[in-house]
Amino acid sequence: MTNGHDTHSHIVPVKVYLLVYVTLLVLLVATVGAAYLPGHHTLLNNVIALTIAVVKAVLVMLYFMHVRYSTRLTWLWASAGFFWLVIMFILTLGDYFTRHWVPVLGWE
Amino acid sequence: MVQEQAQQKVSIQFEDIAQQNESYIVGMWTFLVTEIMFFGGLFATYLVYRVANQQTFWEAHRHLSIPLGFFNTCVLLTSSLTMALTVHYSQRGLRKQQLLWLLVTIALACTFLVVKGFEYHHKFVEGLIPGANFRFEPAEHMRVAQLFFSLYFAMTGLHALHVVIGVLVMTILTVLIAIKHPSVQDFIPIELTGLYWHFVDIVWIFLFPLLYLIPR
Repeated sequence: MTNGHDTHSHIVPVKVYLLVYVTLLVLLVATVGAAYLPGHHTLLNNVIALTIAVVKAVLVMLYFMHVRYSTRLTWLWASAGFFWLVIMFILTLGDYFTRHWVPVLGWE
Repeated sequence: MVQEQAQQKVSIQFEDIAQQNESYIVGMWTFLVTEIMFFGGLFATYLVYRVANQQTFWEAHRHLSIPLGFFNTCVLLTSSLTMALTVHYSQRGLRKQQLLWLLVTIALACTFLVVKGFEYHHKFVEGLIPGANFRFEPAEHMRVAQLFFSLYFAMTGLHALHVVIGVLVMTILTVLIAIKHPSVQDFIPIELTGLYWHFVDIVWIFLFPLLYLIPR
């Protein structure tokens, strides 16, 4: 069950942590900045905000949570949660967003 | 990379140290998967109502303070960095730095809670706590605005509860490290607390744009 590497765990250098931290702060400023974009781009703004949030979450998982340096079993577990989350979102939103296609009394 | 590294003992039920570490980390991720689904249910609820009531949610969200939310996001991201540093120094077996960064992380977590407390207090004064005394202008949007604030308090409240639990766990770890307890000679307890703490950070990374930055 070993990961094939040395028996010691991987120690991430402080420099990498600092770099990820600065990137996260830049992305945070970008999110707030995008919210103040002139004009009404509701869809565009939502897509930008959520894309940045996903990128930030992936950065935290890969570097702060060491998933990038972890074993394949850890990879599987870390992705399983989000995989199931996507299933839940697709089924729930797929239902709510398509209800008006077939109007039924009392469903609105 | 050649540098000093904390010693780890292999418990009797494990083949070697790699298997032992992997078991602990996968175990923690299993817990985090349940947490992802737990918060995921709230996020799905929020999305369904947000899509149905975009305009009123936009009106209601203007009562939240973007500067305070921005500040708290910075605090939480910084606390994630300091937690990562705690894990880094634990892995290298440097006790003093480990204690220092753990204490900084606790201080940042408490800062987050204090700011959140001021935000909640402000909502209370403005009459934005869902219930009999809920006030909102225009009055015809009151029901949906109350829905927004119910979701706001449920999601940030559950998140704040996780921060409180994190503070408790980190305080216990600080005491154990300070008295050189044998259970924290190994860096794994710190690493697992770190995984939990970064998860709490990830939840906030999604909460902040969804609640504070609703486009018109």
